[in-house]
Amino acid sequence: MKEPVLEIKDFCVDYGLGDQGVQAVRDVTLTLHRGEVLGLAGESGSGKSTLAYGVTRLLPPPGVISGGSVVYHPPNGDSYDVMALNDAELRAFRWAETSIVFQGAMNSLNPVHKVSTQMLDVIRAHEPGLTPQARTARAQEMLKLVGISADRMDAYPHQLSGGMRQRVMIGMALVLEPQIVIMDEPTTALDVVMQRQILAQLVELRERLGFSVLFITHDLSLLVEFSDRIAIMYGGRIVEEARSADLYKDSLHPYSEGLLKSFPALRGPRRELAGIPGSPPDLRGMPSGCSFHPRCPHAFDRCSAEIPVLGVPSARNDPDRSVACWLPGRVPVG
Amino acid sequence: MTVTDTEVVLEADGLTKHFPVRRGVRDLLTRERKVVHAVDDIRLTLRRGRVTALVGESGSGKSTVARLLAQLYGRTSGDIRLHGDSVTVKGGRKFRAYCRRVQMIFQDPFASLNPTHTVRYHLTRALKIHGRSGDTAAELEANLRDLLLRVQLTPPERYLDKFPHELSGGQRQRVSIARALGADPEALLADEPVSMLDVSIRLGVLNLLRDLKERLNLAILYITHDIASARYFADETLVMYAGRMVEGGDSETVTQNPAHPYTRLLIESAPDPDRLDRVGDLQPPEERGTGEPPSLIAPPTGCRFHPRCVHAMPKCSTDLPPRFELPANDDSNRGHWAACWLYEEGAAK
Ligand SMILES: Nc1ncnc2c1ncn2[C@@H]1O[C@H](COP(=O)(O)OP(=O)(O)OP(=O)(O)O)[C@@H](O)[C@H]1O
Ligand SMILES: Nc1ncnc2c1ncn2[C@@H]1O[C@H](COP(=O)(O)OP(=O)(O)OP(=O)(O)O)[C@@H](O)[C@H]1O
Ligand code: SF4
Ligand SMILES: [Mg+2]
Ligand SMILES: [Mg+2]
Repeated sequence: MKEPVLEIKDFCVDYGLGDQGVQAVRDVTLTLHRGEVLGLAGESGSGKSTLAYGVTRLLPPPGVISGGSVVYHPPNGDSYDVMALNDAELRAFRWAETSIVFQGAMNSLNPVHKVSTQMLDVIRAHEPGLTPQARTARAQEMLKLVGISADRMDAYPHQLSGGMRQRVMIGMALVLEPQIVIMDEPTTALDVVMQRQILAQLVELRERLGFSVLFITHDLSLLVEFSDRIAIMYGGRIVEEARSADLYKDSLHPYSEGLLKSFPALRGPRRELAGIPGSPPDLRGMPSGCSFHPRCPHAFDRCSAEIPVLGVPSARNDPDRSVACWLPGRVPVG
Repeated sequence: MTVTDTEVVLEADGLTKHFPVRRGVRDLLTRERKVVHAVDDIRLTLRRGRVTALVGESGSGKSTVARLLAQLYGRTSGDIRLHGDSVTVKGGRKFRAYCRRVQMIFQDPFASLNPTHTVRYHLTRALKIHGRSGDTAAELEANLRDLLLRVQLTPPERYLDKFPHELSGGQRQRVSIARALGADPEALLADEPVSMLDVSIRLGVLNLLRDLKERLNLAILYITHDIASARYFADETLVMYAGRMVEGGDSETVTQNPAHPYTRLLIESAPDPDRLDRVGDLQPPEERGTGEPPSLIAPPTGCRFHPRCVHAMPKCSTDLPPRFELPANDDSNRGHWAACWLYEEGAAK
């Protein structure tokens, strides 16, 4: 039943070459399944955006993919490695199969064109076979799906509120009915009321249109509520991956635990808040071993000596979980 | 303890700020002068040793309130009182004297420190301006160390000669706080002091503020759009909507028993990890009632929330609701009020 759509393996991204280079994404292995919302969380600078742009080969220089593979499984047809595509194939893959809502995208609408014109242009460029009527119908339907009424279609971006612009961007990302939608912090600029509306819409559209979502944010409390699975990134690596409920109730990596304890809860009894001491790692001087060890309350000798590998923890016999930590019970079986 | 039992430091009464809107060519033909009603009729009290949170969505006027209180903006009307004395300062010596007692911390620790100067420079300057640099170099050095120790940047020598870009976001915000403390103020106005910081380090800065409140007996205004953090860090919470204050009271009461329909919407919308699987159940938003913030140039008449309110009655679109006191069960929720017609004596709930 759980069918992979995108399989990322041993993926590495560097910024710059040689001595000047820093490794921003390190040996990431992660699978997105059909129809799921996979959340990617981690503090600023942990490499979330770099990973997203790397797997779609949209990395701006000086970013370079220094290793790994990204295998795409179309709904029908043969699987292929995105890293091996030539330019023409890559263009087709990007538009027909994936789409990205970039961090800060709400400000990237063209201010001099109407919202409807911008959406029609996207459709025309990628589905030249459609008649003008069919294009208009498609654009209208999509805007309606994201809650922009027909009478706002001819608005210019500055006439819409931030939340409405963001919904237009989400509509644009979905209008070509992609298999995979990558959203990089799509709601950070919005207030909670608007944020919840957009997320509810996304979850509903996903059910209707059947796409998969990679949702990037630093707000873990948001992900726990509405994604199916969550991967936690720290210092360029995935350090834990689990179903949302498991991650929330039974996190195994000390960093995940620290993140969860950093959020004041609005409901229920007041919990003791701990936070995470210290500051995020510096890519130029990554700590040895587990890069979290200088901040980890449980660190012991081995942590600073060897890099823990991501694997199914021995204490939980559950193939849907993985963690990278040397603590007893968290080390992979075998 | 109730919300009304320590010494009042700073008070605002009827505080109002309207910004003129630059007129386009077409507007010049009409006589009408348009203004942004950024803040209307704000009443609040900051007390010694207490944190008062001001929450509300983006554009609701929170920063404007802080800037009015800091006397960075002139007010359209209303009064600001420091220890009961009405104050209006326009630059100069009186402004510095006011600043010594009321200091502001800004949202963006990256922008508020000058990148070409060291921590030592920033803090020395703050001490000098407020005449607290001491008589000798040794005294200055001791005061500098003391400031860094207060914001838990230890050991101080490690930070004194660093430039802002050599510090993390959390460390930079601590330096901004240290600079504010350099004036030895009585009130601290903190405008979203942690929202630009990473989640993992926010807590440390908030704990520091709480610690300062207790040790230095400061009156703190904590501005945030994160109402959950208000529950944890503020004694009292005030909620703003479209330039007006709509609810206030003890933080635990306001967050656990919100009265105003806007506060309820805000709280229902906050991410809730315990609400697994519920997002899908929410109604798909329709254009009406999705909650677009209102225009502040022509704000809704009556209650400004009425176009979005599910409980709106005819009266709500015509009459401005005053503050209604809410019944208290005990001391802990005394002083809870809401500006909503639902709480008028005899109104059907
Ligand atoms: N163009 C670049 N040149 C050099 N280093 C870069 C460049 N872009 C990003 N980096 C570094 O790569 C690391 C990962 O950055 P990335 O933008 O992927 O983080 P992120 O997890 O998306 O963070 P945020 O939550 O702030 O968006 C960071 O340490 C960043 O400083
Ligand atoms: N200098 C100004 N001139 C004109 N309008 C202004 C000015 N400053 C603020 N405003 C307007 O006043 C209103 C309140 O702004 P304010 O910055 O106080 O909101 P806020 O609650 O702090 O929002 P945020 O959470 O986004 O910081 C907004 O509609 C804003 O556009
Ligand atoms: S491996 Fe060690 S240092 Fe790293 S998180 Fe686990 S316990 Fe801490
Ligand atoms: Mg990013
Ligand atoms: Mg503000």
